[in-house]
Amino acid sequence: MELFNLAIRSIFIDNMVFAYFLGMCSFLAVSKKVSTALGLGAAVIFVLTITVPLNWLLNEFILKEGALSFLGASFATIDLTFLRFIMFIAIIAAMVQLVEMVVEKFAPALYGALGIFLPLIAVNCAILGGSLFMAQRDYTLAESAVYGFGSGTGFFLAIVALAAIREKLKYSNVPNGLKGLGITMLITGLMGVAFMSFMGIDL
Amino acid sequence: MERFITEDIMSTETEEKELVIKDSEPLLSKRRKKLVTDPLVDDNPITIQVLGICSALAVTTQMQPTLVMALSVIFVIVMSNLTISLLRNTIPTRVRIIVQLAVVATLVTLVNEVLKAFAYDMYKELSVFVGLIITNCIVMGRLEAFALGNKPYDSILDGFGSALGYSWIILTVAFFRELWGSGSLFGIPIFDGISSLFGEDFQLATNGLMVSPVGAFIILGLLIWVQRTKTGYVEH
Repeated sequence: MELFNLAIRSIFIDNMVFAYFLGMCSFLAVSKKVSTALGLGAAVIFVLTITVPLNWLLNEFILKEGALSFLGASFATIDLTFLRFIMFIAIIAAMVQLVEMVVEKFAPALYGALGIFLPLIAVNCAILGGSLFMAQRDYTLAESAVYGFGSGTGFFLAIVALAAIREKLKYSNVPNGLKGLGITMLITGLMGVAFMSFMGIDL
Repeated sequence: MERFITEDIMSTETEEKELVIKDSEPLLSKRRKKLVTDPLVDDNPITIQVLGICSALAVTTQMQPTLVMALSVIFVIVMSNLTISLLRNTIPTRVRIIVQLAVVATLVTLVNEVLKAFAYDMYKELSVFVGLIITNCIVMGRLEAFALGNKPYDSILDGFGSALGYSWIILTVAFFRELWGSGSLFGIPIFDGISSLFGEDFQLATNGLMVSPVGAFIILGLLIWVQRTKTGYVEH
């Protein structure tokens, strides 16, 4: 039940895009068509679900203060948390590369659909943000897997919804200066208001 | 005799130096000034190139963390541009993304540790968003587009320009969000001061929406509108 609550919270209340502004670059750049938005959203869910638990293992058994104590008593005082950024980003980049190769081999159709989005995900802030929040909030392994999946799903929902709105927006008469990025920011703000309605829910 | 030789060497040396100086352009030539000033308005990383919005907006509820964030980003972009530019001939193109990420992550770790040591409150407030400078698209964008193909000094100027363009936008957003959302600037209460000037009946209300993420989107959207109307840039 706890895990279910966490999933709901990470999808709707602590939404990656509307509550923390993470992954905004690709959110804005790849939301012109629903089909590409679907591809990127799926890739983000995929990578987040894998990297967050993986980084949890890394954090728990190598980086945390005293995590190396299984090597012997003299290692118990070592604190490697300052290496967190480098290690997390290395894991993410490596995982993205691996996922890309696996997908290319076993699901060429999906690979074609995702195209350049897969490599781009390595520098998506939502991915690194997921791992950093996981470390900051002291999740357990199961929680971090659920959190990764939930926040990925939140991003998926947000980007697909925005892409659908932007497809309709092509037919409307927007002032010149507001075309493109400007109107998209305002729409994102309004969508944020809609998502704020979930805030009162106490899970 | 010896003196003659040394003098001779010295004179040729100075001649060579003069030649080198004549060959290079002035320290702040027109082209180089353009490197710094272009990203401020005409080619702004946030409002025109749509980069680096990720980690920026979350910290803009108040001026002070925004200023720290802006300074950190300036430091990271300038230093990473310099490092990658110095290494540009030795980095194999196939693994350049990993190399760039490693350089940027090291610099961000440095910023993070300095903040932790000297400004612990600020470190707590910014939390994960300092770490997210690593994935700030502006940093990677400048490394890819400029530092990999240009000399160190030019790269420093280019990075500085982009970082300034980014900084003034997030500082402007933070200015309006803090003023309208909390009625203060840099933590100094402005609205209270105004109402005390005009007597008790004159109260300025703060807008809670500005403190929430929604305010950031709307302020930035309006800012983009104003700026693009002025420059006449139209996106298709």
